[in-house]
Amino acid sequence: MLTLIVFLPLLGAALAGLFGRFLGDSASQAITCGLLIVSALLSWIVFFDVAVMGNLADPVDLATWMRVGSFDFEWMLRADQLTAVMLIVVTTVSAVVHVYSVGYMHHDPSKPRFFSYLSLFTFFMLMLVTSDNLIQLFFGWEGVGLCSYLLIGFWYDRPSANAAAIKAFIVNRVGDFGFALGIFATYVLFDSIRFDEIFSAVPDRADATLKFLSWEAPAITTICLLLFIGAMGKSAQILLHTWLPDAMEGPTPVSALIHAATMVTAGVFMVARLSPIFEYSEVALAVVTVVGAATAFITATIGLTQNDIKRVVAYSTCSQLGYMFFAAGVSAYSAGIFHLMTHGFFKALLFLGAGSVIHAMSDEQDMRNMGGLRKKIPVTYWFMWIGSLALMGIGIPGLPIGFAGFFSKDIILEAAYGAHSWVGMFAFWAGILAAFMTALYSARLMFLTFHGAPRCDEETFAHAHESPKVMLLPLVVLVLGSIFAGGLGYSYFVGGGMEAFWGESIVVLEGHNTIEAAHHVPFWVKALPLVVAALGIFVAWVMYIQWPALAAILARALRPLYLLSYNKWYFDEIYDALFLRPAFYLGRGLWKSGDGAVIDGVGPDGLADLTQRISRRASALQSGYVYHYAFAMLIGVVLFITAYLYVQVG
Amino acid sequence: MSEIPWLSILTFLPTVVAVGLWFVNDEDPEVVASNVRGGALLASLATLAIAFGLWTGYGIFNHFDPATHEFQFVEHREWFGEGGFAYHMGIDGISLFFVVLSAFLTPLCILASWTAIKTRVKEYMIAFLVLETMMIGMFCALDVVLFYVFFEGVLVPMFLIIGVWGGPRRVYAAFKFFLYTLLGSVLMLLAIIAMYYQAGTTDIPTLMAFEFARDMQIWMWLAFFASFAVKVPMWPVHTWLPDAHVEAPTAGSVILAGVLLKMGGYGFLRFSVPMMPEASAYFTPFVYGLSVVAVIYTSLVALAQTDMKKLIAYSSVAHMAFVTVGIFAMNEQAVAGAIFQMLSHGVVSSALFLIVGVVYDRMHSRDIAAYGGLVHRMPKYAAVFMLFMLASVGLPGTSGFVGELLVMVGAFRANTWVAALIATGMVLGAAYMLYLYRRVIFGPLVKEELKSILDLDRREMLVFAPLIVAVLWMGIFPMTFLGPIEASVTNLIGNYEAALAAAGVGADPSVLAAR
Repeated sequence: MLTLIVFLPLLGAALAGLFGRFLGDSASQAITCGLLIVSALLSWIVFFDVAVMGNLADPVDLATWMRVGSFDFEWMLRADQLTAVMLIVVTTVSAVVHVYSVGYMHHDPSKPRFFSYLSLFTFFMLMLVTSDNLIQLFFGWEGVGLCSYLLIGFWYDRPSANAAAIKAFIVNRVGDFGFALGIFATYVLFDSIRFDEIFSAVPDRADATLKFLSWEAPAITTICLLLFIGAMGKSAQILLHTWLPDAMEGPTPVSALIHAATMVTAGVFMVARLSPIFEYSEVALAVVTVVGAATAFITATIGLTQNDIKRVVAYSTCSQLGYMFFAAGVSAYSAGIFHLMTHGFFKALLFLGAGSVIHAMSDEQDMRNMGGLRKKIPVTYWFMWIGSLALMGIGIPGLPIGFAGFFSKDIILEAAYGAHSWVGMFAFWAGILAAFMTALYSARLMFLTFHGAPRCDEETFAHAHESPKVMLLPLVVLVLGSIFAGGLGYSYFVGGGMEAFWGESIVVLEGHNTIEAAHHVPFWVKALPLVVAALGIFVAWVMYIQWPALAAILARALRPLYLLSYNKWYFDEIYDALFLRPAFYLGRGLWKSGDGAVIDGVGPDGLADLTQRISRRASALQSGYVYHYAFAMLIGVVLFITAYLYVQVG
Repeated sequence: MSEIPWLSILTFLPTVVAVGLWFVNDEDPEVVASNVRGGALLASLATLAIAFGLWTGYGIFNHFDPATHEFQFVEHREWFGEGGFAYHMGIDGISLFFVVLSAFLTPLCILASWTAIKTRVKEYMIAFLVLETMMIGMFCALDVVLFYVFFEGVLVPMFLIIGVWGGPRRVYAAFKFFLYTLLGSVLMLLAIIAMYYQAGTTDIPTLMAFEFARDMQIWMWLAFFASFAVKVPMWPVHTWLPDAHVEAPTAGSVILAGVLLKMGGYGFLRFSVPMMPEASAYFTPFVYGLSVVAVIYTSLVALAQTDMKKLIAYSSVAHMAFVTVGIFAMNEQAVAGAIFQMLSHGVVSSALFLIVGVVYDRMHSRDIAAYGGLVHRMPKYAAVFMLFMLASVGLPGTSGFVGELLVMVGAFRANTWVAALIATGMVLGAAYMLYLYRRVIFGPLVKEELKSILDLDRREMLVFAPLIVAVLWMGIFPMTFLGPIEASVTNLIGNYEAALAAAGVGADPSVLAAR
């Protein structure tokens, strides 16, 4: 069954990709969507079987991949509880996005290609989550990166889309550089890259050291930090986050599937999957926490001032990924995965809702040109509110009532508080501030888009229309998920049923049990996220509905801060000056002066030149005048006699 | 031992046919051309069939035994000289796939030149068939003199191919190539003579077992290095490659990148490491240094190129630097990875040169700026290009990944600095290839002259199809190749470490200090 889940999307991708022209648009769509829905249904069966019932199946061994000495691993599919959770998130969101895209891409001429990429992406993502070793994980990891590249650059006529696609691939490659070194270090330390063999050997090697570069470094910490660099790239954490907002150049369903619900969460999945290793490195966990918390905070500040509707949601994704990471950093992996799941639903809903808005507005993405759309597209409006409230984490503290994000975000914040460490505290307060800003920018997005007076031209506004059923119906699945996934999943993921649910797929050491501590934090810790969220909505209401001039006044009053946020903390500019331009400058310099002037100049060209010069001199000697020759002979004779005398005397 | 001299048949079949083709004559040059093309293709296909047969054993052959490191299909005949220069042929796990690669690429080259070459078709095809003989012979030779004859012999048809059918600056390119190669060849010949005086034989298996004195090893190593480093090519003796590629006709580039560059790597594995183990260990940091510089330097240079062929040529230098790191990191993963990387590069860079050739045949320009938006007119071409670009970038599932991964794992075991520095190639390689692809394929199609460009035709698809299969098969089921390589590599490393231990030089220290 696992084999079918993984390979049905590949089959769909191959059929649509290779034979799309013969099959035609609707057949290609039907095939890919149909196969994915089957795959999604099978995933739910596996989920109930593995995670809820606790029946672990044997891994499926497909073929030997490489065996060189002890560097030995297979193509293998394995489903434990963690994988099962990822399976339902990936296939469900993917199926929804496939169906939605039938409507969204209605006018696009190259539909088979689009659906082929989507299905191919799903295949790689499934290979990633079902892997039983690091290299196959890397295979899926790079594969999803490839599909992300292809889909961001899907509209290849746009220079900005091409640039964004390349940027995404290369920034991810920077992360993969660390990931790859982490894999090598793991192999050197454990003599294996299979998960079960590594995990069982970790306790024995906890104090090993590894000669890495010039340091005699603690091995486990080195490995974890290197692997985490990979996770930072894929999950757009601070420093390596710059590609994600640009990735919004891709079609919106792509943003929902890849850049919100699935691929970008691969880093979180990786850390959770490797929890048996990360648990043995306090340093690595602290780094994960700090990076996650910093990301949650910084990207939220950027989200406050962006005007592109998709970019706001994109920065919000970065920020939410930060939450997931600091959850993992304080050893609350299950809370991180819980948030990953709920976030998958409500963020996909927000993106697809935004797509619906863009569709209605004839491809307008700037919120400054929207407004007043509430009446025009009421269903989208309400769906977006549900997604936003879930994102803000609205619910009633102490009672099991609330939107999905309420349960998962609060448990993360409580766990950070419950960690009772300075990094935990840092994460907690960064998370609270980010929660305030989350509510603020989400409400801002809603108010600017749907409320107030329309700011677009009349023709566009008149043309604005609700999306077709094929786009709205799939959203119902996500709406249900955004409302109920938190309440239903709570006790399994992070509550009393937690240990039975996760089994051995997540390892938490004694003394790191922050989830347990999270259930015993003071009431104000539980209530604070809701208070700041409500405050955020209120502030947004004042600034964008009640007194719309206030936003501009604030922007002027706090101009440096505003510019910092609006220009995304200048990361792109800094990287451009630091890496991009020097690389091209160096490349040209090395080519022209290194290869051209130095190597060729001294080497072949110089040698040829020298030969020519010498021969020219030599031929100049043969002037044909007898007295020249006589003179030369005379000099020769003098020299000869002198030398002879010297030898005689000496 | 086989009764039938398969390796000789394999080696000389193309030349025999080439001699036959010489006598094809007709009033109409078109008739001659088409007959010669057909004959050459058939001959190269027959050679390929034999090579495949030797490897897999399907059909009537007794096949290659992957379990042993011994030379197989050995032929041994006295040749000349009392000291025993012999005609000695044989293959092991290291040379097997280079033979297969040579036989695999030649028919593709002939097919790729089908319409591109219009003048002196007969001579061109003959040159290619002779070239094939030389290449296969070189990988099979088990006598140093024989090896030298083939090694230098390869250059003759290659010179002709560049010099006669090449581009406008072909003379400059040929002269540059000649200067570099000459230097290496002379020194290598000296070393071979010295070897003969020391050991009294030119037999490669005997020389492998012979223990040269340490000083001797160092001089010999340098002499061989001069020759092999030019072939690989290693930085800083790489500057002939971009020029040679740019001026060579497409098929010439394919052989140049696909097989000729492998002669250097093969030479290191056949001569430097087994015959001069102490010197190899001594010079390992030197090789690391040059390779690391090559990866970073040439990748940056590739980023700045404006000529497609030059860009791919520079990327070849970077990829081959992985090979030299792998060979001298001297552990199972690294050496197997180096061999695999050479095979992979042979397929991938050949394909990339063919890809450039496709548009060159149509537009007669290699300038990147002359293209843009080709995906609109050439979707099949865009897809094929994408696949090989990804293989070049080393995406998992393609052949490029397996080679790079194994080399880097092995390098990490030997020296983490080297591994970390060559791993930057992952990032830089992606940068220049994606940038190239974007400029050629993506974007709107605005250039007037491109608006009527045609997509791949059936013959071109026929050329690419085997390469596509190869690159994916090697990526997904690399054991097909790693299996037969293994025994020979293990033996090579075992001998190397034994020699070092005997000499009192410590084998490379493990990165791991304490477990």
